[in-house]
Amino acid sequence: MKSAVVVFPGSNCDRDLAVAIEQVTGRAPDMVWHGETQLPDNLSFIGLPGGFSYGDYLRSGAMAARSPIMRAVAEAAERGVPVLGVCNGFQVLTEAGLLPGALMRNAGLNFVCRPVPLRVENSQSLFTSQYEAGETISIPVAHHDGNYQADPDTLDRLEGEGRVAFRYLDECNGSARGIAGILNDSGNVLGMMPHPERALEPAHGNLDGRRLFEGLLETVAA
Amino acid sequence: MKARVFVTLKPGVLDPQGKAIHHALEGLGFGGVNDVRAGKLIELDLADGTSDSDIESMCRKLLANTVIENFRIERLEEPVR
Repeated sequence: MKSAVVVFPGSNCDRDLAVAIEQVTGRAPDMVWHGETQLPDNLSFIGLPGGFSYGDYLRSGAMAARSPIMRAVAEAAERGVPVLGVCNGFQVLTEAGLLPGALMRNAGLNFVCRPVPLRVENSQSLFTSQYEAGETISIPVAHHDGNYQADPDTLDRLEGEGRVAFRYLDECNGSARGIAGILNDSGNVLGMMPHPERALEPAHGNLDGRRLFEGLLETVAA
Repeated sequence: MKARVFVTLKPGVLDPQGKAIHHALEGLGFGGVNDVRAGKLIELDLADGTSDSDIESMCRKLLANTVIENFRIERLEEPVR
């Protein structure tokens, strides 16, 4: 599976995401610098990593969302290429308008860094097919701006269309309706605050994130 | 010419930073503060003749996230010193 991970100035989970992709798919992703205007051809998957792109200046993800490569990412997403944004990557996707809503400062104002229990709300998506609907999994979070907010109509639409992929089971950051991860209307773009690439191998003490990449690989290979 | 852009959270959007500031003011003994909302002030130094619609476009495309924020533009016509 040919994939790419976009690297912004200030990304710090790009290598983790690349290692996860290589471990599961057997092929290392191309690392693409944010200043590029084109992605490699024939990509089956694009990852936007966690971190602090542009030092979170203005708003988390705001600068990265306007970087040259994001036009190419938006075009690829439009063509149906699967795109996963983790943490800062989720913030970038909302700022770029590829996902609705916004990620605001955590309601408790603290940086939250711990494993959190999540409920898998949608097990039919191309990212979540290896999970059971309603299953509880544990994935680490590490963020300051993970408080997902959108207007009530948008939230109702996300819920009604099965686009809430993951929900926090405990209070984490003040997110509306406990939303931890959402899909776009075509289902090929997933943004989530928890870090599945940090729950991937025995040394992590937790393998719950691995099935996300395995599910993606299976769907793409099918 | 200069312009100032004030970016503020929309009414009803929870502002944890404003709440913390409010709490800290109370801790300093300032009574009578009913609410605090925190925002941003962005100063732009612009070429003469930059139109209002150009500045508004800057706000919509980057300076404010209109999902959660409002913006207000104030033009200052005096020359920059």
